[in-house]
Amino acid sequence: MEPTIRVQAEDFDAGCEEALLTQGRRDVGALVTFTGLCRDEEGTLAALELEHYPGMAEEEIGRVAQEALARWPLVGLTIIHRYGVIRPGERIVLVSAAARHRGEAFAAAEFLMDYLKTRAPFWKKERRVDRADAGWVAAKAVDDEAAARWEKL
Amino acid sequence: MKAVYFAWVRERIGLAEEDLAPPREVETVRQLIDWLAARGEGYAAAFANPKAIRAAIDKSHVAPDAPIAAAREIAFFPPMTGG
Repeated sequence: MEPTIRVQAEDFDAGCEEALLTQGRRDVGALVTFTGLCRDEEGTLAALELEHYPGMAEEEIGRVAQEALARWPLVGLTIIHRYGVIRPGERIVLVSAAARHRGEAFAAAEFLMDYLKTRAPFWKKERRVDRADAGWVAAKAVDDEAAARWEKL
Repeated sequence: MKAVYFAWVRERIGLAEEDLAPPREVETVRQLIDWLAARGEGYAAAFANPKAIRAAIDKSHVAPDAPIAAAREIAFFPPMTGG
């Protein structure tokens, strides 16, 4: 199964991506789609600037996807990650995992998001409503812990 | 080899990429970080906390003790914050 992986500035449509994964198929029993959005941090955030490492971003997402496919028998997988300026309410990332049963689809989608956060080469810079200078978002220990717990399973 | 920098590493150094020719005794990623940190104020600021630096060789993550001899492209960046 060849996953679909896209790194792009443009927005995406989760419904279209789900339709592409399932059209003409009769073997999909479960489809879990996660969409990550830019939140406004109680009105203080004007926008995120997402920087990425072109080439490596696609390759690293591909490696994470292969790890998911080695763990769960997915029958379809789409991963999209945007870069550039993204404003509150706009979409950032999509993971859509299709499987025969829901357990595999839920687990794979969560694994993929946990691993993407710590391994895919993207960096967020915050433009604040009340400040001219933007600041880089610091990596969170909770994200490392979320990724590390899969190594024990 | 080509070096590429991202996020605040890029901003502190003031370059997105450059060609590097480290001396032969610089053999690992960690040694390259030390060598770069001694090149000037911006580099020193970028590499002040080596624990906060991640590296990739030819677009794959590597550990600080990875050898750099065969690298065509080496990247330095902060811990990732995508997703």
